Amino acid sequence: MSTEERYVAFIDEVVRPGAAAMQAGTGARPDELVRAAGDRGLAGLLVPAEYGGADAGHLVFARFIEAVARVCASSAVILDVHLSVGSEPLLLFGSPQQLRRHLPRLASGRWTGAFALTEPGSGSDAAALSTRAERDGAGYRLTGTKAFITNCGAAGVYLVMARTGPGTGGISAFIVEAGSPGLRCGEPLHKMGLAGSWTGELILDGVPVGAENLLGGEGMGFHVAMAALDGGRVGISAQAVGIAQGCIDDILTAAGKGGLVTDGELLAEIHARTVAARLLTAHAARLADLGAPVTRDAAIAKLYATDTCVAAAHAAVELCAPDSARSDHPAAIRFRDSKAAQIYEGTNQIQRMVIARALLVDQLSA
Amino acid sequence: MDVRLNEEQQLIREAVRELAQQRIAPRAREIDATADFPWDIVELFRSHDLFALPFPPEYGGLSGSALTLNVAIEEVAKACASSALILAVQALGGYPIMIAGSADQKQRLLPDLASGKKLAAYALTEPGAGSDPGAMETRATRQGDDYVITGSKIWITDGGVADTIVVFAKTDTKARSRGVSAFVLENARQLKGLTATEMHGKLGIRGSNTAELQFDEVVVPAANRLGDEGGGFGIAMRVLDRSRPGVGAQALGIAQGALDYAVAYARERRQFGKAIAEFQAIQFMIADMEAQTAAARAMVYHASQLIDAHDPNVTHFAALAKLIASDAAMKVTTDAVQVLGGYGYVNEYPVERMMRDAKITQIYEGTNQIQRLVISRSLLHD
Repeated sequence: MSTEERYVAFIDEVVRPGAAAMQAGTGARPDELVRAAGDRGLAGLLVPAEYGGADAGHLVFARFIEAVARVCASSAVILDVHLSVGSEPLLLFGSPQQLRRHLPRLASGRWTGAFALTEPGSGSDAAALSTRAERDGAGYRLTGTKAFITNCGAAGVYLVMARTGPGTGGISAFIVEAGSPGLRCGEPLHKMGLAGSWTGELILDGVPVGAENLLGGEGMGFHVAMAALDGGRVGISAQAVGIAQGCIDDILTAAGKGGLVTDGELLAEIHARTVAARLLTAHAARLADLGAPVTRDAAIAKLYATDTCVAAAHAAVELCAPDSARSDHPAAIRFRDSKAAQIYEGTNQIQRMVIARALLVDQLSA
Repeated sequence: MDVRLNEEQQLIREAVRELAQQRIAPRAREIDATADFPWDIVELFRSHDLFALPFPPEYGGLSGSALTLNVAIEEVAKACASSALILAVQALGGYPIMIAGSADQKQRLLPDLASGKKLAAYALTEPGAGSDPGAMETRATRQGDDYVITGSKIWITDGGVADTIVVFAKTDTKARSRGVSAFVLENARQLKGLTATEMHGKLGIRGSNTAELQFDEVVVPAANRLGDEGGGFGIAMRVLDRSRPGVGAQALGIAQGALDYAVAYARERRQFGKAIAEFQAIQFMIADMEAQTAAARAMVYHASQLIDAHDPNVTHFAALAKLIASDAAMKVTTDAVQVLGGYGYVNEYPVERMMRDAKITQIYEGTNQIQRLVISRSLLHD
């Protein structure tokens, strides 16, 4: 079976039947979902075959996330975080030993991945993070609090950014295994949407991390995080396209066989933007697959696609009214789910800064 | 370097960009101000073989690829939308012949269009038949080996300068769209009974020629009918599949031209002791302009690739590309004027012209309201 056939089967057999419970917050644990994906060879889409991955590339990854998000946005964000920011930094910066040790467990789905950059006091200003990694013999001890961590409590491994020195160049990336002494997860937050994904605080209280779990060298952490976010933004773009497409599905379902819709122009507008968002996402994914610079195009795709999914969800609630006033109506669920996409993986204000910097500021200082 | 383009398309893009920036951009303001049809630009296109781009090599063309042509239209439109329209309309006039012409008609008519020896135009719209072309009243009556055409057409781009005009007329006046047939008029400027009256006072694309055509018993040989009697509407619909992404490409070029100008200006213009590019309010506008332009480009290139691949879904994606790109052009040019402030509002700077030029792209080749209608119908009923 091709990867595409496998993910279609996975969505039909796992994601769709589980979606209602997932969206109510009573569904499978995130790691159960990732393991089910792993059972079908879908938990390591970006990972090379020698480490047990499908080596399918970013374009296939994006299509997979879109297809999942069309059915269940909660499931999509769990898988997206695992496949991209939870695994890709290892691929990009891991030593041979790190690749051999960690990737097979992630790619098989036995471990769920997570990415811990944000803190209560450093969101958009990621370089201001204060979690510290203090030298302790040959290794480190990590102390601090990470916030809004997707898959928190379900992950087998966390990629944690912590400070080994001052400034942006004083940030280092660490591979922290679940169950490490001093590591605990707060209760999942009660979010407005994405009820099936676990989001919470990751609290580190003198967690011992061996030097072999330093990723990319001391002081490379910010670079690791920014590279991770390029791929992560492709994934979130894809999630947004899937949500938007799901909104169109909802509108067409509400229109019924008679094709009656109260505002066909709005439907057309949403559809056109969704197609454009899909193309922008595919373009960024293709650049990533070619190894070309992708920061600007990933930011463009993320900005455009997530603004589109929020507009699409707004339209779906309007055009599916009055049924969409019920909190369990698909359009209502997407309305709540969609908003997060404008916020995580860098708020859309940050995307605008990234895009503008590429056009204006970098050239100014040059 | 754009990974969506092949090597030949990259080279053509670079060559057209250089030509447009060096030779067309310096003329753009004057073309707009005088509203005179720029014959020097026609000559420039001829001497650099740009008219060959829409046509396949067997008819004297260079490419025939929609993507190649649309990249060229985009590059010219960055400098001057009126000039880009000359290239786009040469293609528009050629499409019905390429789509429905017999081997003989193609061999006879296309090489002169590909060389630019003759200019083409496309006459569909009438005073009473705009968004609803089935309501047209121009009629073509068979008389022996000829047809005799009587009626009027309006908003015909290059109608007053074209030698070869494809005109749509009813051969069955009782039918609506199924009564429409297509004809090629040759040597249109010398044709007895055909009067072209230039229409003045346009908001934008002021250098383009826009004419009203009066047909008073104009005789056209039956050998110049394209396809079957009654097949004209089908031809017109298939032309739209190609021409809408062309308008999208023009809109994309206008947007990119305005964005480029706004970026350069924001880096130069200093207020409060620093470049305005350092203010977030400007940065966020520029970022949104960039995202919308990128979306327009993704859509125009995608639709063009579908045309080149003979994909059956091209009608839908052509409408989407036209809608997204033209709305992007209007928004981006309006914001470019805003970035330049008072300077953006005067014609010493090009962005007010670009804003005026952008507006037509939301109107012609089917208004954006028609695009939305077509798109929502296809979603709801297919």
